[in-house]
This record gives sequence, structure tokens and C-alpha cells, in this order.
Amino acid sequence: MGDHLFEFLLRQGDNTLILSHRISEWCGHAPIIEEDIALANIALDLLGQTQMWLGLAAEVEGAGRSADDLAMLRDAWDFRNSILVERPNGDFGQTMMRQFLFDAYHVELLNKLVNSADERIAAIAAKSLKEVEYHVERSASTVIALGDGSEESHARMQAALDDQWTFAGELFETDAGDHALNDAGIAPLPSSLRVGFEVRAMAVLGDATLIIPETTFAHSGGRSGKRHSEHLGHLLTQMQWLQRAYPGATW
Amino acid sequence: MSDQNTNPRTEWPLWEIFIRGQHGMSHRHVGSLHAPDAEMAIKNARDVYTRRNEGVSIWVVEAEKITASSPSDKGPMYEPSQSKVYRHPTFFDIPDDVGAM
Amino acid sequence: MYAQMVKSENTDSGPELDAFQARIDAGEKIEPKDWMPAGYRKTLIRQISQHAHSEIVGQLPEGNWITRAPTLERKAILLAKVQDEAGHGLYLYCAAETLGVSRDELTEMLLDGRMKYSSIFNYPTLTWADIGAIGWLVDGAAIMNQVPLQRTSYGPYARAMVRICKEESFHQRQGYDIMMKMAQGSEAQKRMAQDALNRYWYPSLMMFGPSDKESVHSAQSMKWRIKINSNDELRQKFVDQTVPQAEYLGLTVPDDNLRLNPETGHYEFSEPDWTEFFEVLNGNGPCNKERLEARNKAWDDGQWVRDGMMAHARKKAARAAASKVAAE
Repeated sequence: MGDHLFEFLLRQGDNTLILSHRISEWCGHAPIIEEDIALANIALDLLGQTQMWLGLAAEVEGAGRSADDLAMLRDAWDFRNSILVERPNGDFGQTMMRQFLFDAYHVELLNKLVNSADERIAAIAAKSLKEVEYHVERSASTVIALGDGSEESHARMQAALDDQWTFAGELFETDAGDHALNDAGIAPLPSSLRVGFEVRAMAVLGDATLIIPETTFAHSGGRSGKRHSEHLGHLLTQMQWLQRAYPGATW
Repeated sequence: MSDQNTNPRTEWPLWEIFIRGQHGMSHRHVGSLHAPDAEMAIKNARDVYTRRNEGVSIWVVEAEKITASSPSDKGPMYEPSQSKVYRHPTFFDIPDDVGAM
Repeated sequence: MYAQMVKSENTDSGPELDAFQARIDAGEKIEPKDWMPAGYRKTLIRQISQHAHSEIVGQLPEGNWITRAPTLERKAILLAKVQDEAGHGLYLYCAAETLGVSRDELTEMLLDGRMKYSSIFNYPTLTWADIGAIGWLVDGAAIMNQVPLQRTSYGPYARAMVRICKEESFHQRQGYDIMMKMAQGSEAQKRMAQDALNRYWYPSLMMFGPSDKESVHSAQSMKWRIKINSNDELRQKFVDQTVPQAEYLGLTVPDDNLRLNPETGHYEFSEPDWTEFFEVLNGNGPCNKERLEARNKAWDDGQWVRDGMMAHARKKAARAAASKVAAE
């Protein structure tokens, strides 16, 4: 159970860490100041969640590692984030589409995790849920506005959806570890979150006048760590640069 | 970019933001921002003006919808009340012996 | 400072002007709808927008290290700080907008080079210690100027500065905190810290602008209370405050002429290279090109987003109006 729990916590913390990192790349480059500030808020929320998830992961592991060690000193194959969040930002529409798809999953997950049998997880989920409820509200309204906006914004959002949709499926991938945690009342089966996700996605994407691609294919390999995309390694070379270049230094 | 509703290169309107803080005071003007509509103005206000836990309630008003008094009316608008000193409690001398009032 | 070499305009005269000056001398605040001389308005627009542009361009050198911050906490702090800069830009643009210009107009003037931003943001951030040095020195210098501006004569500007100063109070401290960690760290970290001080010392002194003893613009701006202290006064204050802080870190200020004058109680120090300053202002700084390119790219790439969201808002309003008509 310990291994499953550790893996689960890494999956949470790595998703929030990598997505936060991607969003933070927008800082100073967003389409308008108000969006710049809003994106930074989301990145900061996710970063705070990362500290909690990876902090607990380190505690559960009991190997003397810290949240920072986990973030800064693992190589790509040890990361457990889904591929969706490591993908490059693309244009603002692609970033917001990725954000909405992740938020719509995230809010379903946290809604279940607040009742986790593990009180530490329930506490992190309760704090995160308040933040993520706002994230999904904001990303949904942006996706709707741009989807149902100008011809150009509509076309870009449809392209973003076509591009991202097959990466959302991995969020619901379910393995033996997930079953073990579900049996112990610690975490829901990811597959069980799909219905709630789809209900929300269909409503929002419908309002956005966008068409969900007709495919059941889903990329995978991130949450299992078997095969990340090439992008993750490049992200890590930046994120981990100082810790790698000056081992043991305190900052 | 061709439908009639779309007029590219139009600046998002300016909104005035009012926030009620934690302590039950009335909404107070805190600043302005740009947003395409009222709903987004509220969201932007949340992100811009409550980053340090400043508020529990937000009002937004499109700046051009505000009617303001004219500064040239300052005399007639505000000076007449200056002479009505009896509206203030300090106008009245109550002996200390009477106690708190 | 964030607003350097702001040219003042003074074309009006007459009884209105006298009354206006009397209000300023009495410490009254000038508000958007009040009568004001055209020169006051123009100078303020220039000064406030230069300050706003500096905040926005100022996101870039520090933003350069957000994705490389060494720990999760440092990353959060830096991101929150750079986000604050965006907020401060926003508050200042709003203050400028009360004077009858639009933010888009001001932005376009920044992007095509008609308006300036502070010289300091044209210097590169090469190591993590630069993030410390910027917080400590650049924000330290900025605060020197911003605190008195809370009492400036133009109401919306003063109120923006109050909010900015309140938020900025953590910026300099986080910078110094980074420097302390590095100065107490490994040899490599100490070297990095010293190198950052070496590179940022003189550009920080330049932030206050050249000596304004002879400047007509400064005299006019001070009369209007949109400039409160002279450049030299603030620069001296900055040096007096900063040198002991450098000593505490065990770092050396890169100035052989630096000495404390026991009689005045002030430090004597070398002037920065003003030729370099003017080159940077005129576009020949180490990063001018990159900074403006980055801002132009963000603006151009964002056009469809701004247009798209506005188009949606119009559609929504039209639909709401139509359904109201239908209901009646």
C-alpha cells in the first residue's frame, strides 16, 4: 500500500508541478495584463498544491527526501504527471483549452478526495478544491468566450481542442494501484471520474460552439512513467538547472 | 473576423471596482481594470484586487456608466453643510458629571 | 527612476493657473475632473505611463528566472513578485487613463518606441543572484522614489502609489533574503552574489537619472508636486542606506572612491557612466531589443484573444437584448 500511496501522491504533485511550471512561462507574455495576473494566480495555486502533495509524498516515502528533492532531483522517467500537462503552451487558446480539460478533471477528483480515508489527503484536497473550483470557472468561461467569439478565435479553439483531446484520456487511466487505493477508501478510481468530466466538458464545449473529436484514442505513458513526451526532459533541464549545477547548495 | 459583431481592435471597456473587506464595512472603490463584460470584470477583479485577502464581495461598474458630480459645483454642493455644526455631537457641552452620553 | 528624464510642459498662465498652483501649495489633491493646466496633464501622462511601462517591461528580466528558480518556495515568491509588477503596471495605466488617454494608446506608444521605460530593465539577468540584486537594489531604489510619490498632487496617481508601496514592501526584502543566502553559501554562490552587485550597482544609481540641479523640467515638476525630491537627493539616500547592507553581506561595492564622510555623515561615491545611461535610453542597452520584441510579440500574439473575447461579449449582450425584447 505504501508504494501505491507514494505513486498516487507523485501523480498529484507532478501534475500540479508541471502544469504550474507551464503556466508560469506565460508570466510577462500574456495577451493582456488582466490575463497575465490571472494566469499567475493559477500557477501559484498549483505550486502551493505541489508543495503539499510532494511534501506528503516525501513523508510517506520516509527516505529523507523533501518536496524540493522530489521536484528538482528526479529525472524524467520518475515523473508521474500525465502527458497533457507537460505539453508546450502553444498559443493562448491551447493553454486555456489544456487548462480547462485539466481543471474539469481536477475538480471531479478533488470532490472525491475530500472524503478520503486518509485525513492528510482529505485536508490537502479540501484546500485545493476551493482554488480549483475557481480555476474551472475561469477557464470554462474563457474557453466559451473564445470558442464563441470571433471567427479566428473559434477556429483556434477548435484546433486546440482537436489537438488536446486525445491527451485528456490519460487522466482517467486506472491501474492496479488505483484499485488498491480505491478499496482502502483513499482515492477514487480515475475511471469513475470520467462521467462527471464529460458532462461538464460537453456543456462547456457546447456553449463554446466547439465539436469534440470523434475518437476514443488516448495517449498514455505519463502517469505510469513508461513513456513521457520529449518535452518533459527540456522542461526539467530548466526547472532543475540550479539544483543540478550546484549540488547541495542552499538557496 | 468578418461577422458584424466583431469589430477588431476595440479596447476592452474600463470597469471601476468596489470591494467589501472582511470587517463588514461598505464596498469601497479600490481601482479599475479592463474586461470584455461584467462577468469577466468580476473575475479579473478577483484576480487583480483580492490577491492579498482583501475582500469578500465585489461590485463592478462600467466606468462610463458612472455619473460624477462636477468639481465646479463644489461650493454649492458641499459648503452649505459646513455651517450646520449642530449636526455633530461635539457641538454640545455636556457636564462631565452627567457621565457617558 | 522608473520615470526618468520626464520632460515637463508649461504653457499655461493666467488666474486659473494661479488658483491651481494655490491648491497644490495648500496640499490639495487634483482630481480627474478638476481644471488643470495642459502642461500638467501632459507631463503626468508621460510620467505615469513611463512608470507603468517600466513595471510591465520590468516583468521580463525577473520573469527570465521563474522557470529556473532553485526551490518551489523561491519560485512561488518570484512568481508572486513578478505578478505584482503586472498589477502595478495595471494600477498606473488606470491612473493615466483618468487623464484622457486609453491604455491601448499608451501600450502602442511603448511598443513603437515613442514612449520610454526605465533604463534598468535593459540589463540582463544572468544568474540567480541577479534576482536577489534586483529585489535588493532595483526595488530598493524604486521605493526611495515611490514612497514620497504617495503624497503627489494628482489624486489617482497618489492612490495608485499607496497601493503599490503597500504591496512592494516584500519585494526588497525577498531580494535581500536571496542575497543573504548566497553570501552565506558556497564559494560559487558568493562569487555569483558579488558579480551581481558588480553589474547592478551603477545601473541602479542611474535609475535616479542624471543630476537635476540645472534642470528646468525638475523645477516645474517639483512645483506641481509630481516630483517630490531631487534625483541627487534620492541617489544619496540610496547609497547611504545600501552600503551598510552590502557590508553586512560581506560584499564589496564596486567603487574605489566610496568613503563615508565623517563630517556630513554621508557616503561619497563615484558617478555612474552617464554616456552608458544615454546609450541605454536611446536603445543601445544590452537588452533593449529583446525587451521590446518580447512585449511586441505578446501584444501581437494576443490580439486575436482580446478581439475574440470582445466579440463574445458583444454577442452575449445582443442575445440578452434580443431575449428581453422577445419577452416583452
